[in-house]
Amino acid sequence: MLLKTSLNNAHRKLNARMVDFGGWDMPVVYTNQIQEHHAVRQKAGLFDVSHMGEIMITGPQALDLVQKIVSRDISKMENFKLKLTVMCNENGGIIDDLMVYKYNNEKILLVVNAGTRPEDFKWILKYAGDFEVEVKDISDEITKLDIQGPNAQKILQKITDYDLNEIKRFNFTEILVAGIKMIVSRSGYTGEDGFEIYFDNVAAEKIWDKLLEIGKEDGLIPCGLGARDTLRTECGMMLYGHDIDLDHSPLEAVYSWVVSLDKNFIGKDFLDRQNKEGLKRKLIGFEMIDRGIARQHYPIYKNNEEIGQVTSGVPSPTLGKNIGMGYIKTEFMQPGTEIEIKVRDNFVKAKIVELPFYKKED
Amino acid sequence: MSNYKIPESLYYNKDHEWVKIDGLKAIVGISDVAQDLLTDIVFAELPEIGKELKQFGTACVVESVKSVSDVYSPLSGKVSEVNKELESAPEIINSDPYEKGWIFKLEGVDEKELKNLMTAEEYKKFIEKEGH
Repeated sequence: MLLKTSLNNAHRKLNARMVDFGGWDMPVVYTNQIQEHHAVRQKAGLFDVSHMGEIMITGPQALDLVQKIVSRDISKMENFKLKLTVMCNENGGIIDDLMVYKYNNEKILLVVNAGTRPEDFKWILKYAGDFEVEVKDISDEITKLDIQGPNAQKILQKITDYDLNEIKRFNFTEILVAGIKMIVSRSGYTGEDGFEIYFDNVAAEKIWDKLLEIGKEDGLIPCGLGARDTLRTECGMMLYGHDIDLDHSPLEAVYSWVVSLDKNFIGKDFLDRQNKEGLKRKLIGFEMIDRGIARQHYPIYKNNEEIGQVTSGVPSPTLGKNIGMGYIKTEFMQPGTEIEIKVRDNFVKAKIVELPFYKKED
Repeated sequence: MSNYKIPESLYYNKDHEWVKIDGLKAIVGISDVAQDLLTDIVFAELPEIGKELKQFGTACVVESVKSVSDVYSPLSGKVSEVNKELESAPEIINSDPYEKGWIFKLEGVDEKELKNLMTAEEYKKFIEKEGH
């Protein structure tokens, strides 16, 4: 039995194509994946991402627990800011990447991936006993929508009295939107300006319909997980289960910037050692030179030697070329290096490029 | 409930390819159902000319943004021609799967093999049963 978000019927009414995404029945595309992609880059798109998990940690030692389990130092982080980080096991493997929403030192919300949520929760509980905290998985009560794109603010502003200019990038607040209490953060997974909003399931259809109705004149359309994947890949954003997993450390991924080796956390000793010894493999970006799309698990070659594997690969609607990411031996990671990717029986030429593939001009 | 176009004169297999007998040759493509299931087709890897294909064997590959799908040959035969236009504009398969979106032609086909395929009427029933 697939899990369903509160908007399952709404998606079906819109004739979305539904797929099994990590055990959830989710919309992959409503009308046309490429159009949905462009809508987010040029106007606005609305995503139901209620399958994601929310874990609330409260109590006098909330900060201490989170400091222990995540790789990034959040002790100096201001209240009502959010930061991306990872949770590692003792061997430096990534259990999940997540967003930390810090209300204050005694109240912190973790937003985690859908597929990893049960394991994340277990992992956190394993360490919570050592701290004076309460850990609650509140995911099943919460609807999460992402409204993304250059027109996102204009649209959301129509249904709230709060001046959204007050919410800067990677900040959040709790406000009323269409009369419903919500957490609103200026953030997302598309590389565009936009908001992630969290509220009680009861209002799910009401808010979904309302946003699509008032957003129509500014080009807002519902977007599926397919467009979400091409959007995030263009920005070099990693996806759990593809570009990051238990077998790779955050240093090997492009996540060294979320690792603070000057604080203590689970996995630190391993990462310290790995950092000193040097990396043997690293996640890189590439673009295809010859025709072909690289997909997850396709082997990467250089001079007839297998040097790594593809983790993500898509046609990029914004750039008009085929792009991807993969782990390769570090000696070959220099941008500009030509590589070959084995696509079925053919070796297809590609070259290493710097990440991200696409960056919004400010 | 389905509004798929299923032309009468073609034969179909359960993997949603169609074949049209044209004199001594056969023209092959994917059906309206297949192009709809795949959504936006962004890449077609055409078979090599001269390649010998077996009935229901893998002929080539089409890719959507999200997925890779094999195209199976509805008949045995030798690839005599491929639709080069698909190399630069694979989306033609979406917009016109039965005419401009043909994928390859076969020569040396044996019409006896048609009995292993579905007529348009049978194919319509098949896709209804499958719930498309």
